[in-house]
Amino acid sequence: MSLHTRTLAELAAGLRRKEFSSVELARALLARIDASQPQLNAMISVTRDSALAAAAEADRAIAAGRAGPLTGVPLLHKDIFCTEGVRTTCGSRMLDNFVSPYDATVVARLKAAGTVMLGKTNMDEFAMGSSNENSFYGPVRNPWNPALVPGGSSGGSAAGVAARLAPAATGTDTGGSIRQPAALCGVTGVKPTYGRVSRYGMIAFASSLDQAGVLATSAEDAALVLGAMAGFDPRDSTSVDRPVPDYAAALNAPLAGLRIGLLKEFFDKGLDPENERRVREALAVYERLGATLREVSLPNLPLSVPTYYVVAPAECSSNLARFDGVRFGHRCENPRDLADLYERSRGEGFGPEVKRRIMTGTYVLSAGYYDAYYLKAQKVRQLIARDFARAFEQVDVLMGPTTPTPAFPIGAKTSDPITMYLNDIYTIGANLAGLPAISIPAGFVEGLPVGLQIVGPHFAEAKLLNVAHVYQRETDWHRRIPPAFAE
Amino acid sequence: MSLTRERIQSIARLARLALDEREVPVYQGSLSSIIDFVSELERADTAGVAPMAHPLPGLSQRLRPDEVTEVDQHEKYQANAPRVEAGLYLVPKVIE
Repeated sequence: MSLHTRTLAELAAGLRRKEFSSVELARALLARIDASQPQLNAMISVTRDSALAAAAEADRAIAAGRAGPLTGVPLLHKDIFCTEGVRTTCGSRMLDNFVSPYDATVVARLKAAGTVMLGKTNMDEFAMGSSNENSFYGPVRNPWNPALVPGGSSGGSAAGVAARLAPAATGTDTGGSIRQPAALCGVTGVKPTYGRVSRYGMIAFASSLDQAGVLATSAEDAALVLGAMAGFDPRDSTSVDRPVPDYAAALNAPLAGLRIGLLKEFFDKGLDPENERRVREALAVYERLGATLREVSLPNLPLSVPTYYVVAPAECSSNLARFDGVRFGHRCENPRDLADLYERSRGEGFGPEVKRRIMTGTYVLSAGYYDAYYLKAQKVRQLIARDFARAFEQVDVLMGPTTPTPAFPIGAKTSDPITMYLNDIYTIGANLAGLPAISIPAGFVEGLPVGLQIVGPHFAEAKLLNVAHVYQRETDWHRRIPPAFAE
Repeated sequence: MSLTRERIQSIARLARLALDEREVPVYQGSLSSIIDFVSELERADTAGVAPMAHPLPGLSQRLRPDEVTEVDQHEKYQANAPRVEAGLYLVPKVIE
């Protein structure tokens, strides 16, 4: 009975049919997690005892006929989500000793839906990174080749789902942190519209960009999890009060007549030719399904990376001011005075990339530079958002590659931050404009997965999942399992 | 642009970050290249464009009614504090 190769939907059905119990399922996957950890380092914490207790409770609910669609289904949570009574580190030494006193809304909702958390996934420190090399807990490795990065910042979630340690995992996406690792690990990753999913209890990086989402092996599974996560939360002042559609019900709508815009600026000289070939093959599948393709130009989109690297560090420098060594988190030994306490606690608690972004943000917000950098970036952001809005007057969805290349070797891009930042060149635009986007597996280049990115108008998650699911009915890229984790 | 050593030290002070001597030249290099990179924004024509602070058009942040909704849980929250005494967070003496 190989449970790990089944989709979340199949596992949920098997649980309801009592083909296996939630406890059996949790035990099987916890064993996979333990076995994978030396090779992948996908996890920061494994919550074995609470997982088995939650699974036993789920089994009682199923036996009593009180089960919902996700009851007993195991999940991983990115270690950016607060989990009551469980260490929540955000991949940082700063929070190495932090045991959250409350649950994030995402965690609480998925718990209420009966899901079973198996553990917390590794990530780039404070979600800042595109390779998962910035974690205090060491890099995560790509299940397709352990010499390569899994992408970041939700690298542990992507690697964990790809290696079938769990059928789905939560993630967060500020500039591509769900879609980019999903592409590099060969899984499906959804970044919803800004405000669709509550950010309460999700440790803040850049508040005008951060959004929670899900990584799974298929769009169908992502739809099931997203449906349980999304919705209005009065505890998040940016949460949007708007009903959540039934994402699963919309999955099979036919695509005849779908107007697809090809993002001209994404098919640029930086795109690996083999990556491009896979993306164009996926586009041909959509044409066969009755969709029409047309090229769409978003002239300001090439400015999205510099815009992001002003806005995101500015917001990060402000958000991370809360880590002061006073109320929680790391505190230095023997502070001389209060300034020394702040400076040394932060200097010791934060890693190099987090410090770099805090200082970049401090610089662009400092007196004399605010107008030239921060205000200017906010204006360019407006231009990029308008480009997208104009495009959606002509097409239903936009498509292009998720990343310029497949996964790259660990250590290959750590010496130059700009080279690393350019990994997110195709994903950042959706964050700046607050748009939903999804990355789905679209084939392989030399044994490494390639992602197709689909971007939609605000609150078009149901359409994106539908467009992704119909492709996944026609193809089996999303069912491929890294050979080392197939058994 | 090349940021000076003094400039990096003053940014670090503003950000309340202690840097050791070896870190300063590293950040001098990488921050200078990041500032050069984002200076590309200068070439965008943004005359008359309103700055975008919220990614959803027409939406701004909601205010909640001014009502007490939380109960006192300071003991639970202070369980994470490095040093606490009598319900108070302890820091080095600020005023002699």
